Amino acid sequence: MTLSAAVELHRPDFALRTELSVDRGEVLAVLGANGAGKSTLLAVLSGLLEPDRGRVRLGGTTWLDTDARVRVPPHRRKAGLLAQSAQLFPHLTAVDNVAFGPRASGRRRAEAREIARGWLSAVDAAELAARKPDRLSGGQAQRVALARALAADPEVLLLDEPLAALDVDAAPALRALLHRVLQQQEQPTVLVTHDVLDAVVLADRVLVLSEGSTVETGPAREVLARPKAAFTARIAGLNLVSGAAAEDAVVLPAGALPEGALSEGALPERARIRGRVVEPVEDGEPAAAVFAPSAVAVHREPPGGSPRNALPARLTGLEPRGDVVRLRAEAGGNALAADVTPAAVADLGLAGGEQVWFAVKATEVAIHPVSRG
Amino acid sequence: MTPRRAQPAAAVPAPLRPLAAVAFLLVVLPVVGLFTRVDPLRLPQLLTSRTALDALRLSLITALAATALSLLFGGPLAVVLARGRMRGLRVIRALVLLPLVLPPVVGGLALLYLLGRTGPVGSLLDQAGITLPYTTAAVVLAQTFVAMPFLVVGLEGALRTGGQGYEQVAATLGAGQWLSFRRVTAPLLLPSLGSSAVLTFARALGEFGATITFAGSLRGTTRTLPLAIYNTSQDDVDAAVAMSLLLVVVALVVVVLVRPRAIEGRA
Repeated sequence: MTLSAAVELHRPDFALRTELSVDRGEVLAVLGANGAGKSTLLAVLSGLLEPDRGRVRLGGTTWLDTDARVRVPPHRRKAGLLAQSAQLFPHLTAVDNVAFGPRASGRRRAEAREIARGWLSAVDAAELAARKPDRLSGGQAQRVALARALAADPEVLLLDEPLAALDVDAAPALRALLHRVLQQQEQPTVLVTHDVLDAVVLADRVLVLSEGSTVETGPAREVLARPKAAFTARIAGLNLVSGAAAEDAVVLPAGALPEGALSEGALPERARIRGRVVEPVEDGEPAAAVFAPSAVAVHREPPGGSPRNALPARLTGLEPRGDVVRLRAEAGGNALAADVTPAAVADLGLAGGEQVWFAVKATEVAIHPVSRG
Repeated sequence: MTPRRAQPAAAVPAPLRPLAAVAFLLVVLPVVGLFTRVDPLRLPQLLTSRTALDALRLSLITALAATALSLLFGGPLAVVLARGRMRGLRVIRALVLLPLVLPPVVGGLALLYLLGRTGPVGSLLDQAGITLPYTTAAVVLAQTFVAMPFLVVGLEGALRTGGQGYEQVAATLGAGQWLSFRRVTAPLLLPSLGSSAVLTFARALGEFGATITFAGSLRGTTRTLPLAIYNTSQDDVDAAVAMSLLLVVVALVVVVLVRPRAIEGRA
């Protein structure tokens, strides 16, 4: 079942005009700044908002076609929604919140609770079953909300900034859970986020929205590692190098870096980037090393004798950014960025086009599992 | 949760304080005065008099019935006003609030001319063998007319501030409108439903003007406690005051124990 949609919507201060298509089992991340129209798009898909013009189809079923005056109401669409805030029904316990969907589809109370318990276990929240929402932390509530959305047996899963309201301690755990759960789901999934990391870890493909229009779309890691649109590069903001997991490192594919670079001794036989493992990854599974441009030190010569990761890179551009200069470079097909002081740029005598080394401490690198897509 | 005391309360300007004190005394002193007028020795006897007990029983029954009618019809009306999308809803809302500002006597007259034997609806009822004016049913109708807006206003406010977020979530989980109303909207509304119902009950209990105009003051069938107090005060002030104390106690119970949110301005 493929979810496809074309949406056109005009408001006095805002317009949305985009198309998307998500296959069975695929996760599409819709990336964009606040106000880009991401949540509006989800509201149209779920049926809570009707666009000026548009059509939404799931497989052979039409959910919305403004030209043909077809509009299936939200409760008949089976589009599971997980929003920024959990919005658990405050008068029901966690298990009854999760049982709501099965109950709505006509199951008996005991049977619905049975299903609900199963889903609570699936999101590691079995022990929370009897609690009311006011006795759950933000992360716990969001787990229960995920279980509730899945228990309704949705044909499409819509995730609206599901991690944005969580504190920094709770977000990684839920991201890992979503990663695990989404891999097992078969329905098309649309994830709306402004956090590139969510897209890297959870999505197979990304669609970048800016001011209501699609600026770029493609496989997640490709788009984020080598953004074609300047806007994507700006929101991407993080360095992302993907490869395969190997203990506490990401091993780059053979041939990802030029031969000469490897023989200079700064890197072992195959380029690997060490870092902190944020979520456990099996060796050989797809993984990405993620680090901030501000964590990168730039050298003319290979930096030696330190626990640093060093990548040979070719400078492609310099742009001033407040009180730092952002260096853009290319390393084995990955677009990388480093923020350095203007003084450092002058000391190194950088102008663009030269060969440099990007060094980053292992403690500044986060290793994430990523979607197989 | 937003912190409730993010800022210290703004200081009260000095000139306002004595005026506020006057307002407070204006409300409280008469009630205190009522207590000083009572002879404690005669009180038990006055309160258990046949007249007082009959009136109290009638008052409780009619006020409860009026509250039930308000819930049955006013509840759905509140939902329509809060959730409806039809045109002219503003006009309907304004009309519903009319009894709040209309003198109850006028309401009673209006009921009498609509439902009286010669009224447009009353004559039809008369042909069917039903006579409303000057019956206990008329008392209930008059009380409902006057008190129902309290329920509608309270519930509508709660429905609006409650927002539709939970109902939308219920829809994405496959719940139709009726199911969503029964399993999400209504349970969430229970606290405000309780406080609005208490307020409605209190208003119905104190109803006087519309009742005496539409239902008269017939002992045992239409003479509720307020009417009995007025009637008794003509010749036995002590008995009237004693019965008044009954109503004051009920009012205090409502305000102090139940604390309807609508009264406290936190609705």
